Order: sequence, then C-alpha cells, then structure tokens
Amino acid sequence: MEQLYARDVYGKTLIELGKKDSRVVVGDADLSSSTRTSLFAREFPERFFNFGIAEQNMMATAAGLASCGKIVFVSTFAMFASARALGQVRNTVCYNNLNVKIVATHAGITVGEDGSSHQALEDVNFLRAIPNMHIVVPADAPQAREAVIAAYQTEGPFYIRLGRSKVTTIENKNKFILGKGDILEEGKDIAIIACGLLVNEALVAGELLKKKGISATVANIHTIKPIDVEMIIMLAKKHKNILVCEEHQVTGGLFSAVAEVTSRNCPVKVERIGMEDKFGQSGSPAQLLEFYGFNADSIAKKAESIVRQ
Amino acid sequence: MVKKIAFLKNKANEIRRLVIEMLAKAASGHPGGSLSSSDIIACLYFEVMHHDPKNPKWPDRDRFHLSKGHCCPALYAALSMCGYFPQEELWKLRKINSLLQGHPDKRIPGIEVASGSLGQGLSVALGMALAARLDNKDYRTYCLMGDGELQEGNIWEAAMAAAHYKVDSLCGIVDYNHFQIDGRIEEIMNLEPLANKWEAFGWHVVQCDGHNIGELLEAFAKAKAMKLKPTVIIANTVKGKGVSFMEHVVDFHGRAPSEKEREIALKELEAIEKAENEEK
Repeated sequence: MEQLYARDVYGKTLIELGKKDSRVVVGDADLSSSTRTSLFAREFPERFFNFGIAEQNMMATAAGLASCGKIVFVSTFAMFASARALGQVRNTVCYNNLNVKIVATHAGITVGEDGSSHQALEDVNFLRAIPNMHIVVPADAPQAREAVIAAYQTEGPFYIRLGRSKVTTIENKNKFILGKGDILEEGKDIAIIACGLLVNEALVAGELLKKKGISATVANIHTIKPIDVEMIIMLAKKHKNILVCEEHQVTGGLFSAVAEVTSRNCPVKVERIGMEDKFGQSGSPAQLLEFYGFNADSIAKKAESIVRQ
Repeated sequence: MVKKIAFLKNKANEIRRLVIEMLAKAASGHPGGSLSSSDIIACLYFEVMHHDPKNPKWPDRDRFHLSKGHCCPALYAALSMCGYFPQEELWKLRKINSLLQGHPDKRIPGIEVASGSLGQGLSVALGMALAARLDNKDYRTYCLMGDGELQEGNIWEAAMAAAHYKVDSLCGIVDYNHFQIDGRIEEIMNLEPLANKWEAFGWHVVQCDGHNIGELLEAFAKAKAMKLKPTVIIANTVKGKGVSFMEHVVDFHGRAPSEKEREIALKELEAIEKAENEEK
C-alpha cells in the first residue's frame, strides 16, 4: 500500500498553482522545511514570505495581501495556526471573508514524540464556529492535493488540516468534492464516519468487523465545514448506530458536527472515537494511536460493542 | 501653501462637527480618539492620498487602514465628505440594519478591510504594501494606529517584518493622545521611549504636532521620500481636541455627548472655525 506525506504533496501542489497563477502567494512562520512551503519558496522566492515565529502577524498580513487580490496560502503547525492567531483569523481573515488558505500541518496526536504542547487536538473546534470558514481534513495525500486545489478555486478562507506522518493512500475513494462526503464501504449494521488519518483505520476496522459478522458502512467526511448534511441524514436513516472517528478532542470537531445534524433531523445514537477531554503525551504515532484508542482495533471494538448492545 | 492649510483646517473642523453630530445621534461611540485624529484624517483624505470616491476599487489607489477602528466616526465623516456614500448615512451610525457599523466594516464604500480588534492593523497594511510590491504598483499604504494599541504584541511583530522586508511604501501614523480606556497611557502601560522603540525596530521616525496641518504635511512628505525603510509618524495629539470639556478627559474615550453637550461642542467648533477663517 502506498504511503505518502500529505505535506510533501502540499508543497508540490503549491508549485503547480504558483506556475499557473501569479496571484498565488505563500507565507510561513519559520516552519517552511517542515510544512514543505520551502518547495514553493525555492521556486518563487519573490512570492514567498517567511514571517519568522510570528503567527499573528502572518495571518493579518495574509489578510492584507488577500485584500489586494492575492490568493494567500499560509502554513505552520496546526497548534499555532489555530490557537496562536485565532483573533486574527476570526476578526481579520474570516470577518472580511478573504482568500487566506491556512494549510496546517502536524495536527493531531500523531505529531508523536514532541508531546502534548505540539499535539493540536482542538483546532477544528476553535475554527468551526467562525462564519465564512471552510474546514477540510483530507484522508490521504492525494486528497490533500485535491483539497488544496479546491481551496484555491473557492472564494474565502480555508483551514486544511494535515498530519506529520505518512498516510496510507486509500484506493477506492471517489473524486473529492468540497462539502460532500464519500462512502467507501456500504454495510447495514453501523455507519462509521471518519476524517483524516482515521479514515484508513476505519476501513481496516470494517474488515475486522466483517470477520465477526458485522457489516459496516464507512464514510469519509473530509469537509467538516460546510458539513454534508444530506449524507449524514441518509446515513442516520439507514443505520441504527453511528460511530464518528477523529484525531481530535471529542468536543467541537467532526463528532459534534455530525451530532448537530442528527439531533435536529433524525435523532439516532451517535458514538465517538476521539480524545476524551485530556492532553496527550510523547510516544511514537502508532503507540499513541493505540494508547488513546484511535487505531483500527479500538474502532472495531467500539463498533462491535455498539452493535451488540 | 497657506491656502491649502486653511482648506485642510476647515475640513478637519467639519470632520469634528460631523463626529459630534453623529455620536450624539448614535448615543454611543468614541469621541476622544476621533477628535484627536481628525487633522490626520483630513490631511490624508483631502491632500495626501490618491483616491477616487467614484471608483473606490481603483487598483492604483493609495490604501488607508484604520487600525484603531473605534475612531471610525472621523473616518466615516471624511468618507461621506469625499462622496463615498451620502451624508444621511452618518445619522444612522451604530443603528440596526445601517451601513455604518460601530467599527469599520468592509461593506462600507471606502473601507478596505474591517478593523476593531486592536493590534492587527499594521499587519494588514503591511500585506497591502507587499501586494503593491508584487504587482509593481507605486501606491502607498497608510495605517493609523492608536497609542494604546501599541501595547499589543502583534504591532511589534508587524513592525519587525515591515523593516525586514524594507517596505518603504508603508507609512504608520500613531495618534499619540496619551489616553486609553482605563486612564493615562503612562499609568496603565507606558510606551516610552516610543520613538526609540520604532527606531530600534528599523523604522524611519518622524515626530510632529498632530494638530498642525503644516507639520503633518511635511511629515507625510518625509515619509514618501524615505527609501528602504517604513516610516512611522508619531503625531502628538490631544484626546478630544477642539471641544474644551472633552480635551484630556478619559471619560470621553468611549462616551457619546448628551444633547446639551452636543450643542456646546458644536458652538465651540464653530467658534474655532470662525476664528481660523478670520486669521486668513
């Protein structure tokens, strides 16, 4: 199975966009070698701005550039892209509905060894309540490319959430459509909805469940905002149970977004795999996914217990 | 030059009268800083900046960003005087479903980017100035800051970046009226030595009397002439300038005049204009 860094693909996609459109400008806050905006910087030095370790200035300057017609991609780690500059993102980027595309890397628990200070598990929650914002959590590297292109083509602010580690490329997915979920497996006992890295874990969990005689639907809801209301209602109508999986706190992310839709339209039991209101710790990504219950085994166990209730 | 100065003094006085009128009608808002920045705004909109009220999106226009967004009454007055929108709009300031929001909003003709959350504006202006460089345009970008908001870290991040990128088309103006909501700047969070701070950050610093039109115009000319460095004009001003009972009074940072106060204020401003015109 192919494994790629989504951030590598991001850097290459920026070059692609930079070549075809001179309005594309890129900023970073001293993490360009990690976020891979360095690839763009090498190709288009005059259109790349390193702002140093100053995320607030980066966001508001990006807004100023965008107000003059630029399409501005800015990158740093998810922790700093969301929390450190939230006031600038809310009041200057989103209130003005500007073309600032925040592509944050190193999101989630799989940052790993750096530990809790760098494990952004609240970022989607911080940004989801802000009007005009689009939020995409791609499931793999090719989908990250599609999400970046969609952000380039769509007017307004974006937050695209990428991880640090390599991700398994999902073979049977459909073309990315912003705001539309993608059903990867069809089953009848439970619907597993996931985003990001956990889409692949959910697919593996689906295989494990099959061996136990449980058939699961697996959906990739990569766009957290605007959420695919139609698909969630359809899944809720077809299944007695829903399990939402995300590499994020259980508050304010995909689980919340799904529960908000079902509670208003078709109340159904919605369970969750997420960080249960606590901080992480250092460790390897695989160890952490296991320890905090994010991996395929944990998802399968949870799904089984829900179905057998 | 004498004629030009007299013309701009009249414009500043008109801005002040409109500020008093609109805040009295709105029954809320920020007179102190609006009055202290009226001369600066008059110089920019009626002399210094290239702009076209009939074509607010003219790509080559000079950019203005009001980082101290709460002083928008002075800006709204200038914009309506230029013809960006009808003067009647001023009388609906801060009312529901009106054009003129309590703080600048992008939907208002002549407003480039919303502001109000302090400390972010210099970065926004820096972005506009960098865009000019990328587009090979020679428009200039002006950013009016409050003194209190210089306590925000974001301002100094922007200051560092503007000097680093040698953005000489950027001109910051500090309305240094020495008051913030809770009291005197010196007591709440001292800024001094302010000029040294900007210099240490790599800026060209010009200090002037922010109510002296001649000095202001000279400062803007010096800013324009400076190459490879951004310029900050530290404009020494008086909070509530032009209305005796508002001058240096912290209460009028964010309190609108009553009906009676409105009448007295307008009389005082009319007297000032009359005296100035007789001087000619």
